[in-house]
Amino acid sequence: MAVEQTDAQLVSRCRDGDPAAWNEFVERFSRYVYAICGRGFRLAQHDAEDVFQEVFARAFERLPELRSDDAVRPWLAQLTRRLCIDRLRLNARDMPSETEPDEREVDDVLSQLDDAMSVRAALDKVGDPCREILDRFFCRDESYRTIGELLELPAGTIASRISRCLEKVRGELDGRSRASRPS
Amino acid sequence: MREMNGFDEEQIGRLLRLLPPAPEGWVRAAQELPAARAMLDEIVARAEQDAAFRLQLQADLERAVAAAGYDPSPFIVSRLRRLLEAV
Repeated sequence: MAVEQTDAQLVSRCRDGDPAAWNEFVERFSRYVYAICGRGFRLAQHDAEDVFQEVFARAFERLPELRSDDAVRPWLAQLTRRLCIDRLRLNARDMPSETEPDEREVDDVLSQLDDAMSVRAALDKVGDPCREILDRFFCRDESYRTIGELLELPAGTIASRISRCLEKVRGELDGRSRASRPS
Repeated sequence: MREMNGFDEEQIGRLLRLLPPAPEGWVRAAQELPAARAMLDEIVARAEQDAAFRLQLQADLERAVAAAGYDPSPFIVSRLRRLLEAV
């Protein structure tokens, strides 16, 4: 199992000026911010890129002001959401046909992305090679053949490995859930 | 933490699909922010002290940044434009 660092520990290291910590911070939350821009607000790629960079620029500047290190994920979600809305409103001034998505729809997407981040954290805990196999198959949409070639495994075994890795992630999630439940 | 033990393997796969990687260049640019921030602070400090440099920046920001030996990436230029408004 990989050593997992909590969001709060990572934020604390960023605040202490650990240069490697900021890289990890961006790595950990880049998919989340990207997905909020794309899935939540359906921003065009160039708008999503601007918002993405602005989110991390503001996060870098304001991280020291964060009241609770544990709350970094909802804080980032809120920041991204606000910047996406600003961008859509700016665009709507030039192109009135651009409308903001329904707030409830965005809430639903954000809630799913939150679940996805928890699954992702469980996958990080399970570590490689499962992390790499599942990431390539589900997140990068690579075929059994491509994954097999890259990892030097017979393509015919990839499906069963994916299945076993999913079981491990499920086990990790179940363990977390039990651990967080009051006894 | 939200209750997560209700997910079966199919749902786990579906949730993983929701988080594709962000483009590598975007991630790299965000990771370079601390260095970019130091560069921005340096340029702004120089602009505050050096009126000729400030005029060059006002005339052609990108060119002045490059001439001063800094990398005029779109991120640096847009961020700098905002910061210089306050100078």
